[in-house]
Amino acid sequence: MTDIKKIREEFLDKLKQNLELPEVNQIKTDLFGKNGLISSQFKKINSIAEAERKIFASDLNIIKNELQDLINFKINEIGTGQINKKLDKEKIDITLPERPFIQGKIHPVSQTIDEISSIFSEIGFSVEEGPDVENEYNNFTALNTPDNHPARDLHDTFYLAENKERLLRTHTSPVQIRTMLKDKPPFKIIAPGRTYRSDSDQTHAPMFHQVEGLHIDENINMGHLKGCLNYFIKEFFEVNNIKMRFRPSHFPFTEPSAEVDIGYELKDGKIVIGEGDKWLEILGCGMVHPNVLKNVNVNSTKYQGYAFGIGIDRLAMLKYGINDLRAFFECDYRWLNHFGFDPLDVPSNYRGLSR
Amino acid sequence: MKITFNWIKDHLITNQTESKLLESLTNIGLEVESIANTSKGLEKFLVAKILKAEKHPNADRLKVCDVDIGNDQVIKVVCGASNARDGLITIYAPPGAIIPKNKMKLEISKIRGVTSYGMLCSEAELNLSNESEGIVELVKENFDKRVGQLYFQKNNANLIDLSITTNRPDCLGARGIARDLAASGFGKLNELKNEKLNSKLKQKINVKIIKENNQGCTVFGSCLISNVKNTESPKWLKEKIISIGQKPISAIVDITNYIMFDLNRPLHSYDADNIKKGIIVRNSKKGETFIALDNKEYKLQEEMCVVSDEDGVLGLGGIIGGTRTATKLDTKNVLIESAYFVPRSIRKTSKQLNIDTDAKFRFERGIDPNSIEIGLYRAAKLIKDICGGDISKIDIQKTETYKKKIIKFNTILFEKISGFKIQTKKMIEILKDLGFEVQNKRNYLNLKIPSWRPDISQEIDIIEELIRIYGYDKIKSIEPIKNRIKPTLNKTQKLFHFLQRSVASKGYIENITWSFSDSKINKLFKEDKKEIKIVNPISLDLDVLRNSIFSNLIIYLNKNLDRGFKDLSFFEIGPVFYGSLPGEQETVIAGLRSGMVSRLSWLEKDRKIDVYDVKRDVIQTLVEAGYNQSKFFLDEKTPSYYHPGKSGRIFLNKDKDKVAAYFGEIHPNILKQIDIKTESLIGFEIYLNNLKETKKNLKDQRPKYEISDFQKSKRDFAFIIDKQFEAQVLVDIILNTDKDLIKSVKIFDVYEGDNIPNDKKSVALNVTIQSSHKTLNDQDLEKINQLIIHSVENKTGAKIRS
Repeated sequence: MTDIKKIREEFLDKLKQNLELPEVNQIKTDLFGKNGLISSQFKKINSIAEAERKIFASDLNIIKNELQDLINFKINEIGTGQINKKLDKEKIDITLPERPFIQGKIHPVSQTIDEISSIFSEIGFSVEEGPDVENEYNNFTALNTPDNHPARDLHDTFYLAENKERLLRTHTSPVQIRTMLKDKPPFKIIAPGRTYRSDSDQTHAPMFHQVEGLHIDENINMGHLKGCLNYFIKEFFEVNNIKMRFRPSHFPFTEPSAEVDIGYELKDGKIVIGEGDKWLEILGCGMVHPNVLKNVNVNSTKYQGYAFGIGIDRLAMLKYGINDLRAFFECDYRWLNHFGFDPLDVPSNYRGLSR
Repeated sequence: MKITFNWIKDHLITNQTESKLLESLTNIGLEVESIANTSKGLEKFLVAKILKAEKHPNADRLKVCDVDIGNDQVIKVVCGASNARDGLITIYAPPGAIIPKNKMKLEISKIRGVTSYGMLCSEAELNLSNESEGIVELVKENFDKRVGQLYFQKNNANLIDLSITTNRPDCLGARGIARDLAASGFGKLNELKNEKLNSKLKQKINVKIIKENNQGCTVFGSCLISNVKNTESPKWLKEKIISIGQKPISAIVDITNYIMFDLNRPLHSYDADNIKKGIIVRNSKKGETFIALDNKEYKLQEEMCVVSDEDGVLGLGGIIGGTRTATKLDTKNVLIESAYFVPRSIRKTSKQLNIDTDAKFRFERGIDPNSIEIGLYRAAKLIKDICGGDISKIDIQKTETYKKKIIKFNTILFEKISGFKIQTKKMIEILKDLGFEVQNKRNYLNLKIPSWRPDISQEIDIIEELIRIYGYDKIKSIEPIKNRIKPTLNKTQKLFHFLQRSVASKGYIENITWSFSDSKINKLFKEDKKEIKIVNPISLDLDVLRNSIFSNLIIYLNKNLDRGFKDLSFFEIGPVFYGSLPGEQETVIAGLRSGMVSRLSWLEKDRKIDVYDVKRDVIQTLVEAGYNQSKFFLDEKTPSYYHPGKSGRIFLNKDKDKVAAYFGEIHPNILKQIDIKTESLIGFEIYLNNLKETKKNLKDQRPKYEISDFQKSKRDFAFIIDKQFEAQVLVDIILNTDKDLIKSVKIFDVYEGDNIPNDKKSVALNVTIQSSHKTLNDQDLEKINQLIIHSVENKTGAKIRS
C-alpha cells in the first residue's frame, strides 16, 4: 500500500470516531498544516518519476478532497450539534400573551359614507360639501319651501338667531343650492354630511347623517333616477336580488316626488334585506322642481334631473344590524369596538365594499 | 288622517277588499302609516241589569250590586256610582276587558273586603262622551230584552292612519281619498247630492268682513238654525265619530266634525243667542284677549284674523272658537259658519300663539273655496234632522271671488320627465277622474284646476298627477352609465379620509359626537372664539355649537372611564365653529389617550401615556399624509387647555404660517373641573384647513433616488447645554455644519442630575457621516468632528462633555 493510501485509511478511521472540535482541528493541522502529512506528499510530486507522477498527483488530489470534505462535514456537524444543545435550554412558553396591539376603529357611519361614495363614484358622481350652519334661504326658501309652507313644520329646526335667519341645516339639500349657484350644469354630485333636527327619541337623534344626490343634465328623466337608485341599493346591500318600489310622495323641492321602499323579511328577529314581503322606507327622491332650478339660475327648459336624500345612519343600521340609532352617538367604547371597522377595510370598487 | 274603509265607501262604489285598498292607497301616494282594529276588545262589554243595589258593608259611598249578565248568571259587582240602583240597565265590563279610556285591564279584585267581578261603566270610561258622573243608563224599552248581549256592534273595520303629505289638503276628508282611489281604478266615485235648502227665513245675524290689509278671511258663509234641541248624537253618528278615534260630544259639534272629516270642510257652530249684534270678521288689535275652547286665555297680537261681535273676540277664524259662544246642550239657536281663511294668515297666527287644531291643520293647507255652500247645506239639514229647528237662508259675505286656475299642459312634457309614454286619451281620463275640466287642443290640454287642489299651479304638477295615478311602477329603470367626468374626491376630501384612517390605524377609536356641546364644558376649550348659542337647544347641556372637539370627546371619554375602562384612545374628525355664519367652521381631527401603557403586562413595566406617545401619533400621521418631517417646526405656544410645560404646536415649516397641530397633556385644572380620574390624559388636534395641499401626486412625491455605497461613520457627541435649550435647534445646527456629509442626527440620551450643573442638561447625540463621493479617511472625519463641536459650542454656549 502506498503511503498516501495508508494515510487515507488511518485518518478515515480517526474521523469516524466521536470527536470534539479541537480534535478535528488537530487532524486538520496534521494533514494540511505546513508540514502536514498531505501537504508533505504534495511537496514530493516533483521528485517522482515522470511515468508515475500523473497517477500519483491524481490519487493524491482525490484523497485530499475526500479528507477535506469529511473534516468540513465534521466541523459543521459539531457546530450544529452545539447550537441544538443550546436551543434545548432556550424554550419559552409561546402561549404567554404577546405584547398588546391597540386596535383602532372607524365609526360605522364613516365606513358607510365611504361605501356610499365608492358606489356613486363608479357611476360618475363626485363629492360636494356644504357648511353645517346654513341660512334660512338655502335650507328652505331656495328649495321651494317658503316661510308659510307647512312642510317646514316637518323639520324641527335648530336656530342660531332669533330672527331664524341662521340655522343648523335640517337636510343636506342646501348643498344642491350651493353647488348649482357655484357652477354650471351638468351636475352630478353626492353630498354626505351632518344634519340636525330638534328631535330625540328611539328613532331620532338631534344630529344624524344624510347623503344628498343631484344629477342635472339635458334629458335626465325618472327612468335614470330609478336606474341609479336601483344600482346603488344592490351594490350597497351586496345582494343580487332586492325588491325596490317607488311610491308617490311629496317634497317641496322635487316634483314628481317619490319615496323608495326595499323588501325585507324578519328571520329570527333580524331584518334580512332582499325579497321578503315587507317594505321598508329608505329614501326620498324626485325630479328637481323647476322652481328650484329657477332659484339657482339653471334654465329648466334645457336642463332637468333628479335629486335624492338618503339617511346614512339608517342605512348603516339596516346593513350592519344595529337596532338603536342613538347608540351611534353615545360613544360607548364597547359599542364602538363591536360595530367599528378596521381602518384597513377601505371600501373600494376593485376589492369590493367589504371583505 | 284617520279613516275607515266603511267611511270611504260612503263615497265610493267598490267591491275590492281592504288589503287591496291599503295597497292602492300607498300606490297613489296616500301612504298607509298604520292600521289598527278599533273594535278589538269591545266585544267583551255586555248589556246588564242591576237586580239589587245595596250599600257596601265597609264603605258609605260604594254599593254592592247583584248584576244580571244574561244566561241566568248573576254576579256581584262593587260600584261607586250614585245612580246605581235596582232595575237599572247599564253596561258591564267583565274581568279581562280593557277599559277604552285608560286602557286598564280589569281583574277580579277585592274592594274593601268584597270581591267584585268586573265593573259597571260610565260613558266617559267607554269613550262614548265626556260624562263621567255615574254609570251608563240605557233606555229600558230598548234594552230590557238585550240583557246579556254585546253592547258594541261587532265591527271589523280597521282604523287606517294615512300620512297625507302637506300638498294634499283635499285628502284630509273621506271624499278626497275616495276620488283619488276612483281615478286609480279602485272603484267609482258617487255623485254628490245636490242638497240646496229651500228656506224662506232670513239669516238674522248680520255678518261683515272688514276690508283691511292682510285680512285673513275672504269668504264667510253662515246659516242660522233656530229653536233646536241640542242632544246626544244618534248612534250612527256616534259610531262614525268613534270609528275614527274621535269622541262624540253633542249632536251639533259631532255634525260639524263629521262634515269636516267627510268633505274636508271645517265648520264652526256658535250659540247665536250669545252673539251680540252681529258678527264682524276683522284683524285683532294688540292685547285683545279671549278664552278659547281649550279653556286657555289667549292674548292676541296685531293682525290676527278674529271673528268678533260688539263685545269682543268670539274666536280665531279657522283655528279655534271661544267659550262665550260655544254651543251647549241647552243651545237654542245655532249659527253655522263655513268660511275661507287664507293659509298664510292661519299659519302665522297659529305659530305665534302655538295652537294646533284640526281646523287650523286644514285651513293652513288650503280648503276648497267652493265648498262653503255644501258645508252649510249639509250641516243645517243634519241639525234639523237630529235636533229639529228652522233653517234660515244661507248668507255669504265675501271680499274676493274665487276663480279656477287654468293651465295649458303640453302633453309632450310627460314623456320628457317620466321617460315613458302614455296616450293623451289616458291622460284626459285620469285628469277628468281627478276633477279637472279638460279641453283637448291639438298639442296641449287646456285644464281647469279643481278648486280643492291648491297645490296645482304649473305643468310639472300635472305630470306628477298623471304618473302618480298611472303608477310609479310603470317608470322604466335606465341603467346608469359608468363614466366619470370629475375625480370623486378633491384634495381636501382625500386628506380628510386619509387622516381619519391614518389616526385610526394608530390605535384610536373613532367617535362621532354632537356638533353642539355643553356651554359649561365648551368654555374650557373655547379660548378667544365666540360662543355660538343655539336659540332652541334640545337640552340645556347641548346649548352651544362646539368651539373645539375636545369638549364632547372628553365628556364621552370620561363616561367610558366611569364604565371602568382605563386605557382609551379616542378620536373624532369633524367641524368646530368659530362664528354663526355659514362657513365659519373648520375641520379638526382631535384625539385623546388616557391611562397607561403596558398596564398589567408580564413583559414590561407599566408607565403613563405621555406626550411623546401622542407626539409620535401626530407626527407620523402628518408624515403619512405626505408632509416632510425634516421641515417641521415646533414651538411651545399652545392653547390654555394644555399643560403649559408639556405641550407643543407643529408647523409644517419654519415660516410658521399656520398651526398644523397641537399636542400635549390636558391641563390638570381641566381634569379637576370635569372630574376625570385617570393616570394621564394626552391630546392632539390637527387643523385640516391649515394643512396645505401636498402639491404633488404620489408618483411625484419622492425625491430622486440617490444612495451612497461609501463607508459611513457614526460618531457620538455629548454636550452640556442650558436646560431650556431646545433639542430641535441643536439638531439643526449639527445638520447644517455640513449638509452633504451629515446624513442624520439621533438624540439617544438626555440627562439631568448628578455631575451636571443645575441649570444644564447633557444631550447625547449619534451623528451619521457619509460622503457620496469617496470613503472618508480619519483626517476627514476628525475635521468634521471638530466642525460640529465648534459650531455647537459657538452657537449655543454648550460645552462638549469629555
